[in-house]
Amino acid sequence: MSEKYGIIASFPDTPSFFHAAEKVRDAGYKKWDTYSSFPVHGMPAAQGQSRSKVPIFTFFGGITGFCLGLGMVWYMNAFNYPLIIRGQPFFSPVFPFPIMYELTILLSAFGTLGGMFITNLLPQHYNPLFNSDTFLEVAGDRLVIAIEARDGKYDTVATRRFLEEIGGTDIEEVSA
Amino acid sequence: MATTTQDSSLDATQAALLAKVQPAELHEQPLVTNDRDFNWVTDKICRIVETKTPTWWWICMAVALMTASFTGLGLLWLVSSGVGVWGLANPINWGWAIVNFVFWIGIGHAGTLISAVLCLLKQGWRTSINRAAEAMTIFAVVCAGIFPLFHVGRVWFAWWLFPIPNSNVIWPQFRSPLEWDVFAVSTYGTVSVLFWYMGMIPDLGVLRDRAVQRLKAGAYEGSNAMAKKMAEGMDIFRKNFYAIFAMGWRNAGNHWRNYEMAYLVLAGLSTPLVLSVHTIVSFDFALAVLPGWHTTIFPPYFVAGAIFSGFGMVLTLMLPLRALYSLHDLITQRHIDNMCKICLGTGSIVGYAYIMEFFIAWYGANPYESFAFINRAFGQYWWAYIMMFSCNVFTPQLFWFKKVRENTALVWIMSIFINVGMWFERFVITVTSLANDFLPSSWGYYSPTMVDILTFFGTFGLFSVLFLLFLRFLPLMPIAEVKFVMPQADPHGHHGHEKGDHH
Repeated sequence: MSEKYGIIASFPDTPSFFHAAEKVRDAGYKKWDTYSSFPVHGMPAAQGQSRSKVPIFTFFGGITGFCLGLGMVWYMNAFNYPLIIRGQPFFSPVFPFPIMYELTILLSAFGTLGGMFITNLLPQHYNPLFNSDTFLEVAGDRLVIAIEARDGKYDTVATRRFLEEIGGTDIEEVSA
Repeated sequence: MATTTQDSSLDATQAALLAKVQPAELHEQPLVTNDRDFNWVTDKICRIVETKTPTWWWICMAVALMTASFTGLGLLWLVSSGVGVWGLANPINWGWAIVNFVFWIGIGHAGTLISAVLCLLKQGWRTSINRAAEAMTIFAVVCAGIFPLFHVGRVWFAWWLFPIPNSNVIWPQFRSPLEWDVFAVSTYGTVSVLFWYMGMIPDLGVLRDRAVQRLKAGAYEGSNAMAKKMAEGMDIFRKNFYAIFAMGWRNAGNHWRNYEMAYLVLAGLSTPLVLSVHTIVSFDFALAVLPGWHTTIFPPYFVAGAIFSGFGMVLTLMLPLRALYSLHDLITQRHIDNMCKICLGTGSIVGYAYIMEFFIAWYGANPYESFAFINRAFGQYWWAYIMMFSCNVFTPQLFWFKKVRENTALVWIMSIFINVGMWFERFVITVTSLANDFLPSSWGYYSPTMVDILTFFGTFGLFSVLFLLFLRFLPLMPIAEVKFVMPQADPHGHHGHEKGDHH
């Protein structure tokens, strides 16, 4: 592991931040990210990122919920302990529909939140970026691009010059 | 953006036509007024939880706790003596408990509507009110849950509602709409909490980072060493408390990408959920074979009523908060206008449903159904019907007038009328249909007892306690979402139009 985590650079406003991200992407860096206290419209494309994988987790959550609801009602009311109620059938896919519907939504929601955490690799206890006072200002209005030292193209001098060229200010190295 | 591309592709005839008609430039009212910047928004919202607890908060909290104790005492009394202490008597076995349950659940619906449905409809104005409205949803569900839970009589057997075998190894039976309701309401509560929490993660990160910044700077102002130590101690608490719940969020572009997708998916899940919850609540009534309850109009009518009452409650809560915390630049007249218009729209749907019920009662030519409705409006509970009809049908019609919508005090008073009217709607539906049932010999007149009244009154205290805690410890507005709708957040630099985007 290197001593340095990477280099961070700040940008004055959202358009320059956005275009700088496109330039970092085009320069071929892989281990880098943008940091802003609000989601920037179109940023995933500017960063060259693919569509989020969160819906896959939602889908499996939903399927589980639906089958759980269906199976539960059948097992409890038709298989394990059938009760005669108003001459209604012990099982049908119709009457337990509200149960299946609600459980589909419930487990999809858990899948979505869990998927968000998994795809973002959260919870994370420590990240070296928080050692930087400049980086902490992202909580306010600072817009930061950080290029990590583990990137193949990373070079202390060249990367710093590159960030200057694309309009970065307050450039600093963050230690790991 | 779309307009600029069209402009360049205009041909000569179109240009001549445009010059002739001189189209008016439509300006969209900005969502954050006075041209505020990002730091102002962050500061404004964070300082609500970071500054010293205001005196009014302590006073409100004391009053709210005292009020909430009525619910505690009412329930204690109920559990120690039995459901007989409520005003229930054959044939009216569903009294205030069900009325209060439906009332509170309905209130919750506006929160989900604002956070989910308006998100899918890309309504930018939802941003500054959605956090508080979602909090309102969750606290309303908490208040709602109390009533059916204790209405089961022996509350220590309430776990029989859950799909676990009870002491006789019998499972719950899923052919009853009451069991569907258990699933609907518990799913609704859980998903609302998940959605609320996920939306809060970035803002909790902001509060955490601000506490760290202050601790690093170390400059605490205070009259003496004790006060400084206290301020520092609070920041250490904040740093740790918010850090735990922020889960290491660091505002990365990659985080936002997955977060925004998850947010959209949750909005997409909550939309059918919110529509299903009050539909299933209405099934509690509609699936009974009782004139006045057994109607197919109930699901849409209940959902519209729920949204109507919920927006009433959002106005009741947000207008005082706007004044107390000077949030006029974030909750603008445009927000109030929009909320009033939703009240107007849903209120009109509710009014239509009231009238349509009567029409169907007559058109259906069922004498029992006709009797139930004539009795509802002109029978022994005529006063409740008048309350319901005047508050819900006539009050929102005033929102047609701009003068009314701009008078904040009047809007607030009207929002109270909406809340009262919607409570009476549930009372009218529940009680009038039961009081005069099939056997005239068993007809009765239902009155609540003191225990009923105090238990319900106390839930407003409970709701206020929870809401005050929310105000004090959690970000009142989604900071990131408010920033997102500001012109400075536009990556294509439409910053120059200070009045907002063109349409």
